[in-house]
Amino acid sequence: MDLNKRYTAQSWPDHPETATLEGKNKFVGFWLLLAAESVTFASLFATYLALKDRGPEASEFTASGLFELPLVFAMTMILLTSSLTSVYAMHHMKNHNFKAMQAWLGITVFLGLTFLGLEIYEFNHYVHLGFGYTTSAFSAAFFTLVGTHGAHVLFGLSWFIALMVRNSKRGLNMYNAPKFYLAALYWHFIDVVWVFIFTVVYLMGVIG
Amino acid sequence: MSSLAQKKGFGAVIWDYLTTVDHKKIAILYLISGGFFFLVGGLEAMMIRIQLMKAGNDFLSAGLYNEMITMHGTTMIFLAAMPILLAFMNAIMPLQIGARDVAFPFLNSLGFWLFFFGGIFLNLSWFMGGAPDAGWTNYASLALASEGHGIDFYSLGLTISGFGTLIAGINFLVTIINMRAPGMTYMRMPLFTWTTFVASALILLAFPPLTVGLFFMVFDRMFGANFFVVEMGGNTIIWEHLFWIFGHPEVYILILPAFGIFSEIFAIFSRKRLFGYTALVFATILIGFYGFMVWAHHMFTVGLGPTANAVFALATMIIAVPTGIKIFNWLLTIWGGSIKFTVPMVYAIAFIPSFVAGGVTGVMQAIAPLDYQLHDSYFIVAHFHYVIVGGVVLAILAGTHLYWPKMFGTMLSEKLGMVTFWTFFIGFHLTFFIQHFLGLLGMPRRVYTFGADQGWDLFNAISSLGALFMAIGVIVLLINVVITSVKNVRVGNDPWEDGRTLEWAIPSPPPFYNFAQTPLVRGLDTYWIEKMEGNKEGMVYAEPIGDVHMPNGSIIPLIMSFGMFVASFGALYFQDDTKPWALAVLIIGLGITFGSMLVRSLKDDLGFHITKEELLEDAKRGGNTDGLK
Repeated sequence: MDLNKRYTAQSWPDHPETATLEGKNKFVGFWLLLAAESVTFASLFATYLALKDRGPEASEFTASGLFELPLVFAMTMILLTSSLTSVYAMHHMKNHNFKAMQAWLGITVFLGLTFLGLEIYEFNHYVHLGFGYTTSAFSAAFFTLVGTHGAHVLFGLSWFIALMVRNSKRGLNMYNAPKFYLAALYWHFIDVVWVFIFTVVYLMGVIG
Repeated sequence: MSSLAQKKGFGAVIWDYLTTVDHKKIAILYLISGGFFFLVGGLEAMMIRIQLMKAGNDFLSAGLYNEMITMHGTTMIFLAAMPILLAFMNAIMPLQIGARDVAFPFLNSLGFWLFFFGGIFLNLSWFMGGAPDAGWTNYASLALASEGHGIDFYSLGLTISGFGTLIAGINFLVTIINMRAPGMTYMRMPLFTWTTFVASALILLAFPPLTVGLFFMVFDRMFGANFFVVEMGGNTIIWEHLFWIFGHPEVYILILPAFGIFSEIFAIFSRKRLFGYTALVFATILIGFYGFMVWAHHMFTVGLGPTANAVFALATMIIAVPTGIKIFNWLLTIWGGSIKFTVPMVYAIAFIPSFVAGGVTGVMQAIAPLDYQLHDSYFIVAHFHYVIVGGVVLAILAGTHLYWPKMFGTMLSEKLGMVTFWTFFIGFHLTFFIQHFLGLLGMPRRVYTFGADQGWDLFNAISSLGALFMAIGVIVLLINVVITSVKNVRVGNDPWEDGRTLEWAIPSPPPFYNFAQTPLVRGLDTYWIEKMEGNKEGMVYAEPIGDVHMPNGSIIPLIMSFGMFVASFGALYFQDDTKPWALAVLIIGLGITFGSMLVRSLKDDLGFHITKEELLEDAKRGGNTDGLK
């Protein structure tokens, strides 16, 4: 593959992410990785449901008493919006508009960082209430499930930033297009997992 | 980079293997390290059998005995059987589908090094305060009560090596989906490729639950979480579920590639097309599918209730159907064939009755009420050794003989091979057949000794004698390997003379680019078709000879895995108040891993090209002319 080959919007393929064999391999491999990730989160969700509200006898922490929806709703909206902005970024990637792609990715990263900041604030709040990682089985299951998601957000953000910085000077080519595409795919996956967390942990938690 | 063979110094060879991304060399690495761990696990087995040789023996203490059984099981499953099968998958599968390498050569190397460092980490426990001692299943109620760091070595070591296996699984899946040569449709793939495919899919979906369970164990023991601590609201049964949701598919991850190897052997040495190829493929997929629905049959006595037990009992019995289909297909492949009794074929024929015996006892245990009687007795030990040794280990030994020429270019001695076969085969049945009766007489598993008045002396002595036979068989195999390597008699493309699939159409060992020209596949058993039609080259080609793109080697996978290895020590000692440096070690280790990941991500790695001229030159020098006229 020739990195110096220059593309125009006309010569750029419709699906640059799968235009090369390497791209195709990455595409299929990444979907398979997401399958494995799904099983990982399924195991975490199952454990959370089994241990929800369980603690030592004197424990007063329950999901319905602990969680408050306004903050989590804001986080959900922010993350969903960031998924949308990453779609815009990929739209411009496919049109070979590097600057617009970088701009939308920048907005995605900003929203992701906001989400992560709010999550850290939320965790900190719980710890101040006395609901720490080692408090009960419930707390361990909660922090592990939501924290694993948070770690994925952090990884996704680092990935976006690394790609944006690395390629800022040279623009799009057939070597980095699949990389941008996969990072965006990963970001969508993170978003889907959060929808489940919002539903299973927070909504169902508050209902009781 | 030149493709010409050059004489290299010792250091250069080592560096070559540390940085290689060539699937054939990674296969050799897997075979050597898997073989090493097989010997370690075998030694542990011998210790167990020496301890149980007579009543009231004190060769091992009770505590050391627990460590021995735990490490024997863990080593054999995770560090011996799987890596050796991964060695064959790596060595053969890309050749069978006509590919120049796997889809992700870099990840292939990373997968190996993760497994390797995970295995080393686990085994360091012997020298660093005691090995894990809660059994290979590591049930949480036992594991949390275990003192010392043994269980921590288990959890962290298996987490690392599990990542490696998961990566290997994804890699093989993508390779088979995307890299098949023109004409190699799914229903023309050799059975070994098919079983690799299905086993990889099982790896993909079964290893994450294990990783999650191991993480819970790590958090509970090292970071104060309470997943399994009942007083804090935890539940130890969660471990059992997660472990067996992994653990049952795991036995199919082991046995399916074994089935694949035997399918190849039956067809090659009966000199007949596989009987019922389509049914064999379908049965493989069905077994993979059902493999996920039966995990709770390991938990009949937990008390999940009669409904759950009935459902899982039925699901378990259903698996016997596709397995039976396979057995009959193999028998009918042999039927009427022009059979050659080579060492691999002898193993394959011995495998059928041995494995069927293990299958029959398996169906017995699927009957939940009977399982209440058999549970935790030596009957269970006999059963799973019949399927694992009678299936997987026989396949590994057969595969070693069958694929040795393709991997190393020399033939193992058939005479010594027969000695290994007979001593191992007799030893195997001598050891484990009688354990069924020990179980029925009431001997529980995982006890370090028994009394003289319990009437188990004679049978245990016979069992230990059998283990000695198996050990002799393995030693003869090692001697065979040494003699073969010293003699170094090179063989041609198709040393068994009856090869049917693409790997036998190219030199042994193949050049590092495998195929100078991508082959065109015209049917099932494509090499056989070409031979029968008198095609001297053994292949027709899908492309003219031209430049070939190959990946660059890299040391990064090793460094990345080493980072995980370092981080594990940090996590391990995090709980000790006397070791305040543990957190720093954890951070440094993860820093090495993520740092090298970043380097890999930022540095362009486009590989290199072998030019047409170099390919032609290569063909002129070596014996590798067959593919290059």
